[in-house]
Amino acid sequence: MSWFTETFTSSIGRKLLMSLTGIFLIMFLVIHLLGNLAVFKEDGGEAFNAYSAFMSTNVLIKSVSYVLYLSILAHSVIAAWLWISNKKARPAGYAVSNANENSTWASRSMMLLGSLVLIFIVIHLKDFWWQFKMGGTTDFEIDTLGNKNLYALVAAQFKSSATLVIYLIGLIALAIHLWHGFQSAFQTLGIEHERYTPAIRFLGKLYAVFIPAGFAAMPVYIFFFK
Amino acid sequence: MEKGRSYTLKVWRQKNAASRGEFKTYQVNDVSSGSSFLEMLDILNEELTKKGEDPIHFDHDCREGICGTCSLFINGRPHGPEEEITVCQLHMRTFQDGQTITIEPWRARAFPVIKDLVVDRSAFDRIIQAGGFISVNTGAAPDANAIPIARENAEVAMDAAACIGCGACVAACKNASAMLFVAAKISQLAMLPQGKVERKRRAQKMVEQMDKEGFGSCTNTYACSAECPKGIEFTHIARLNREYLTSKFTS
Repeated sequence: MSWFTETFTSSIGRKLLMSLTGIFLIMFLVIHLLGNLAVFKEDGGEAFNAYSAFMSTNVLIKSVSYVLYLSILAHSVIAAWLWISNKKARPAGYAVSNANENSTWASRSMMLLGSLVLIFIVIHLKDFWWQFKMGGTTDFEIDTLGNKNLYALVAAQFKSSATLVIYLIGLIALAIHLWHGFQSAFQTLGIEHERYTPAIRFLGKLYAVFIPAGFAAMPVYIFFFK
Repeated sequence: MEKGRSYTLKVWRQKNAASRGEFKTYQVNDVSSGSSFLEMLDILNEELTKKGEDPIHFDHDCREGICGTCSLFINGRPHGPEEEITVCQLHMRTFQDGQTITIEPWRARAFPVIKDLVVDRSAFDRIIQAGGFISVNTGAAPDANAIPIARENAEVAMDAAACIGCGACVAACKNASAMLFVAAKISQLAMLPQGKVERKRRAQKMVEQMDKEGFGSCTNTYACSAECPKGIEFTHIARLNREYLTSKFTS
């Protein structure tokens, strides 16, 4: 085997890829949340539509978006690969397992939580990305600034209680996934020191609560207050 | 004198590596609260032997918590419910009179069951053979303190060297990963000047062997550290990741 395949198919090498793609996705979520805050502006969606137009036309953002698609794909595929080899490592399980005594449920359920998040991402992409960027099935109106009125679609979608429930489930799964995943990514990279690891852990917990809560605020706001 | 206690034991019985095992239920009576878990099994085995039955096979050696031979998964946890002890240091006073206790072998593809509760842990030996050593010229013993070592490094190395290779980390891990074991062995040598010569090769060879043996990968649940009878910390796993990745990218 070549150096490359040997490194990235080893257990630690695959975990390295999980960690790097995970950290990229963590950074993406911050940008995604900050930009989408435009949805709260009481201007009939003009700011949100202008932001959406910028995000889908800017060359730099377009190229980063391909890294994003690739990261989601790689994070999912490698996770499945690791999960299968981890299952194979224990063909016969225990009759009695008292795992709550030694580890958190979140840390043991990353595959389940990640799968829920992936299903949510597919639904979320179908709801907006597919409609806005890929043609989809929606005919967009043009707002007063000359941008496609994505805001109208967002507002309409989030008025549905089914959508609200799906988004909340997806975001709760994401929160629990990040509750373990954030610090786990740094541990895998070997970034660990008593000086700064407590800060990473604290930041991870804050992130896991506030970022998903920020996203959840959008459908909740539109559903109840618009 | 204190009245002896009674326990119901659900024990994994398996004739040999090839056969299918099953749980068998045993009653053990008149056990002193001061007896160790292994002594309790001895009492049961004597009864079984008198009755002409095959005694329960389990690994044990030093019975003072330093050899790492005893390996029982008791009521859902390796080495039973207490922290930082091996099975031989577990006493029956931990369990209530009349309690049902389930005893299983370590479960991992890399640790196949040989008989009953005895598993083959030679996978650990092969990982050590792959790189868990240093090469020195033998001869007269070198002077003490001839090689200066920072106290903090010596402490970390000694903490890692406390690993007794019992395999509780593998047994506890949901992925049957051996990362804590390998991390302890890598750390103990990486922290010391004597380990520097083979440092990069060691990390690569030991991880390669670990993967080859069929252990899982690390999900950072830290169940291993929580169950380790010697309290080896999962920070050593971060060091292992660091050692492996830097060696891969610099050699």
